Amino acid sequence: MSFRIPGKGLMIDRTRPVQFSFDGKRFDVFQGDTLASALLANGQRLMGRSFKYHRPRGVLTAGSEEPSALVEIHERGQQTPNVRATVQELYEGLEARSQNRIGPLGFDLLAVNDLMAPFFSAGFYYKTFMWPRAFWEKIYEPAIRRAAGLGRLSGKHDEAVYEKAWAHCDLLVIGAGPAGWMAALVAARAGADVILADEDRRMGGRLLADLPEVGGQAGPDWAAGVVAELAALPNVRLMTRTTVTGAYDDGTFGALERVGLHVADPGDLPRECFWRIVAKRAILCAGALERPIAHPDNDRPGVMLASGVSAMVNKWGVDPGAVVVFSNNDSGLAATRRLFAQGIRIAAYVDPRAIPVTEPFPVYAQAQVTGTRGRLGLRDVAVTHAGGTSLIEARTLALAGGWNPTLHLACHRNGRPEWSERIAAFVPRAGMVPGLSVAGAARGVFSTAACLADGAASAAEALGDLGLNPPALSLPQAEDAPYAIVPLWAVDAGGRAWLDFANDVTTKDVKLAAQEGYSSVEHMKRYTTQGMAPDQGKSSNVAALAVLAEATGQGIPATGTTTYRPPFTPVSIAAMGAGGRAEGFAPRRLMTSDAQTRAMGAPMIEAGLWYRPSYFPRAGETDWRPACDREVRQVREAVGVADVSTLGKIDVQGADAGRFLDFVYTNTMSTLPVGKVRYGLMLREDGFVMDDGTCARLGDTHYLITTTTAAAGQVMRHLDFVHQAFCAGWDVRLISVTETWAQFAVAGPRARDVLAGLGVQAALPFMGCAPVQIGGVAGRLFRISFSGEEGYEVAVPARYGASLFAELVRLAEAHEGCAYGMEALNVLRVEKGFITHAEIHGRVTADDVGLGGMVARKDCIGKPASQRPGLTEPGREQLVGLMPVNQGEVLTAGAHLYNERDAATRENNQGYVTSVAPSPTLDMWLGLGFLKNGRARHGEVIRLDDGLRGRKVLVEVCHPVFFDPEGGRMRG
Amino acid sequence: MRLTCPCCGTRDRREFTYYGAAEFLNRPAPDAGLQAWDAYLHLRDNPAGITRDLWYHDPCQSWLEVTRDTVTHEIHAVRALGDLVGDAA
Amino acid sequence: MVDLIADGAARGLPVTLGRASLVGFDPGPVTSIAPFPGRAVPGFPTPGQVVAQGAGRMVWAGRGMAFLIGAPAPDLQGQAAVTDQSDGWVWVTLSGADAVAVLARLVPLDLRPQAFPAGTTARSTLGHLPVLLIREAVDTFRIAAFRSMAGSLVHDLTGAMRAVAARR
Repeated sequence: MSFRIPGKGLMIDRTRPVQFSFDGKRFDVFQGDTLASALLANGQRLMGRSFKYHRPRGVLTAGSEEPSALVEIHERGQQTPNVRATVQELYEGLEARSQNRIGPLGFDLLAVNDLMAPFFSAGFYYKTFMWPRAFWEKIYEPAIRRAAGLGRLSGKHDEAVYEKAWAHCDLLVIGAGPAGWMAALVAARAGADVILADEDRRMGGRLLADLPEVGGQAGPDWAAGVVAELAALPNVRLMTRTTVTGAYDDGTFGALERVGLHVADPGDLPRECFWRIVAKRAILCAGALERPIAHPDNDRPGVMLASGVSAMVNKWGVDPGAVVVFSNNDSGLAATRRLFAQGIRIAAYVDPRAIPVTEPFPVYAQAQVTGTRGRLGLRDVAVTHAGGTSLIEARTLALAGGWNPTLHLACHRNGRPEWSERIAAFVPRAGMVPGLSVAGAARGVFSTAACLADGAASAAEALGDLGLNPPALSLPQAEDAPYAIVPLWAVDAGGRAWLDFANDVTTKDVKLAAQEGYSSVEHMKRYTTQGMAPDQGKSSNVAALAVLAEATGQGIPATGTTTYRPPFTPVSIAAMGAGGRAEGFAPRRLMTSDAQTRAMGAPMIEAGLWYRPSYFPRAGETDWRPACDREVRQVREAVGVADVSTLGKIDVQGADAGRFLDFVYTNTMSTLPVGKVRYGLMLREDGFVMDDGTCARLGDTHYLITTTTAAAGQVMRHLDFVHQAFCAGWDVRLISVTETWAQFAVAGPRARDVLAGLGVQAALPFMGCAPVQIGGVAGRLFRISFSGEEGYEVAVPARYGASLFAELVRLAEAHEGCAYGMEALNVLRVEKGFITHAEIHGRVTADDVGLGGMVARKDCIGKPASQRPGLTEPGREQLVGLMPVNQGEVLTAGAHLYNERDAATRENNQGYVTSVAPSPTLDMWLGLGFLKNGRARHGEVIRLDDGLRGRKVLVEVCHPVFFDPEGGRMRG
Repeated sequence: MRLTCPCCGTRDRREFTYYGAAEFLNRPAPDAGLQAWDAYLHLRDNPAGITRDLWYHDPCQSWLEVTRDTVTHEIHAVRALGDLVGDAA
Repeated sequence: MVDLIADGAARGLPVTLGRASLVGFDPGPVTSIAPFPGRAVPGFPTPGQVVAQGAGRMVWAGRGMAFLIGAPAPDLQGQAAVTDQSDGWVWVTLSGADAVAVLARLVPLDLRPQAFPAGTTARSTLGHLPVLLIREAVDTFRIAAFRSMAGSLVHDLTGAMRAVAARR
């Protein structure tokens, strides 16, 4: 059976039929329907079960504030829960399912909860499921979660496309109703860059839902004319399906655009786009939200807001059947007159006020709705009046409890609205968000004519702030009816009267909260969960606090509101994190050798943002260990090649370069001769080691320093800070050249042979550097070693990196060498006791790592603080080497160190292991770690205890340099 | 949040890295003593109102001193450390 | 004797999706010039400026620094720190009627012509990448990112291009 009014429905295209399914049942509707209008048009008022009591629920509103009609949308193996049926636009094949039920929607097994309702009042869970304690996690919580809650997720990764974007404008107008239209029109004509955002797919607001006349035209026609003018202007951007969700600092707004949610096959179209809109000025014209009246059984399917009924009739042509209107204000009466004039059968107009009865439909003045009947949908309404109680048959009960200005965005900066007795609602104060003004119904200005005027005035004021002149513009004629209201929050007639439909909170719950001492509105909210559902209490907050105010006797202004926080409507995490999946999670930094490295079969590991080879497997090497052992042996016995381009490289130039470096390094760089390299240590200002690296003097006023891979960005920022904060006038400049140079380590006794193959004569002394020519390309050669072998690093401009790496691998292999990866690099450096950020982890001093001698007599960053008593006292943990007493035992990093017979307790802790490596050179695992007073304990046997892996190993403490302590190999 | 970099103009806060209180600019003499260094490194006010802190504008590598209000979030001033003009010219 | 072969950084270009195209760009030599305090380097740009300099252009590139692109490195001994940057960056050109819409997905800059006019430059971020942008025309941008991030640059830009194209 169709509940569609012939000829009505601005939004639907009757020439384009669409099929969709709800709980597996197929329905025929039209393009332009929302899921809510489509279901109502098919007579399906029951749309879901309530959160707590599993009561049958329908749809209350026609907008994004919908608390009740929440459904799951299933598509392509995914499901999106808690979709508001009033917002979801239909497309061919849409599959929706009702939520929160066990069994069919019409016979929910958990509806028994409703019979138990006397026990399930606010605070029920807090009071009931406390003991025994162990029951909570295993029994109570799973059962409660099964019974309560809303929709469910698929549990799969959401691989759909989402988008984020930026927009900038002079004036952001939020909401395209009468006030928004005028504001945008005035500002656009004045030449301002305007963005007009509206959450509907068609702009117009109540012009579309109520059809008031504007300028002698029907509202939608007038709106269409304005759209046409604005759309043609280059300085206007119209954003439909876009909800502005948050007002942030300095004119930044968040907005969610529904891009592909209404399309059957979106292809590459993003589902949603999360906009960051930056506006010099903004005007909030978001209108107002009608509120229901809490009366017994006011949550039955078929009970709607009067504004929702009007929208369903005019926008989607839905026939509401016989309507009872329960209203306490003039707007409700006006809506009833409009519906009647459109041919809707008004079974009764019920108003608690003493209004004159001169309407052509039945009016019950000084009367109240005191109940409803109908198992899964409204059948009749109980109206209590002077003459008693009448049961009036109706398919729809329209509630009109007054209007709450949609002021949420104006309160997002923690501003508190003020109470207006005139409209019995909260209204924004001026200046709650700098640069944001509020116009129209959003500030309690309700007639169409007043909204048009207010929008225009607000735009004129904004133009003044923008330094633009408002154009002369005459306001179109429109209705200017006064608005009178006598507040009625709840009908006290026994039974349960719902405030918050989404979280199943009744007037009794709020009164109970007050009675139990939760009399502050913030406490009441948390105790009852009122306003904490996906709709954030848009249709219930004000009524709930009014009921609370009455219960406590504090009055509404003193009770105040809870805090308004973004987002205004739900924003999917996927939209906010758009672009952040998979490759978009972080930039991938690839070395110039990357392609060849991968072609050689090397598994890659992440080092910061860089990808570096773990090892280069050869035939028969099935995991890292044999490959690593071989690579280490080849470096020690022949030659190895490794890409070390990931190290940070900073050009330091200027007459004061040496002086500057002396200030940032613990050691002295100004005395470094040209053509030499020195190891350097940097401290943080608090005295702990920040980073280490090398410093090469390329010329009299030209140094090149390196940082570790991980700390490159931090060191650059630090050097910039020291320079700009303390050395601003100095003749020194810092330029990052990390990316300019591809740099390769060539290490091993046959390193010179490889270099000779490049045509480079390695006549450099240890720690020397020099310019070189490689195949006609100007490069640099450094004689430095991180392996303990005779080592060189050769650098060429990055465009030649891939080619040079290929040459080096070919030459190394020709000399019985190989390319080596991070595993071998780690073993080589552990054998030599060289530190990395595993050791300089931010809590060690230069002395802790055995480099106290590198702190020169001069001042430098970190030196004064490094001399504090706590950092110099005896007994600090010092870097040591660790060797297993039983040579075959495996050491593990992260393990803690204890005296041999001590229990593994915090008090007994002697230190910890930072790095381990299986050394093929010494044929055992080696470890580096920090041990209390460690340098004095070489030779001692202690216990390594890895509680996580359940390992206990006796280790001998030794000097951290295990191999070639004299350094004869690397000095050559 | 938006900060006005003296080089680049007004930019979104995600272009900036927060460092800490502007107190870091008042580096004591190396021999100022433990108390002065402790205060410099660790003691910070937590004002409800005007505060000054250091931000780095990553895109242009400028260190900035920002004067702002922790209550209203108003940005009162942004100053580049060092002599921006003399530095650059 | 070896023969080293030069290799570009960007892969998978050119790409055209909808009304936006992404192609590689060869800026020629790129040299950073950072004048020392109190030294005047002729033609040194103010923030955001691009100044013609002989055959090339001086492009403001950050605090106290400009990139001279398309011209050989000058001799500014003692006047400025001069560093070759030719290999440190990957350059692409994004152009077309939707170029601005594509960039708006990735770059937090105000891209309106009055805020970012043709013939000017800006340092900013593109997604997570540090970039230098030159606006050559209303709908033509040169974008420079760290060479090692070339793949991410192309990935991010083509992703945005695909999403924007899907709206047309």
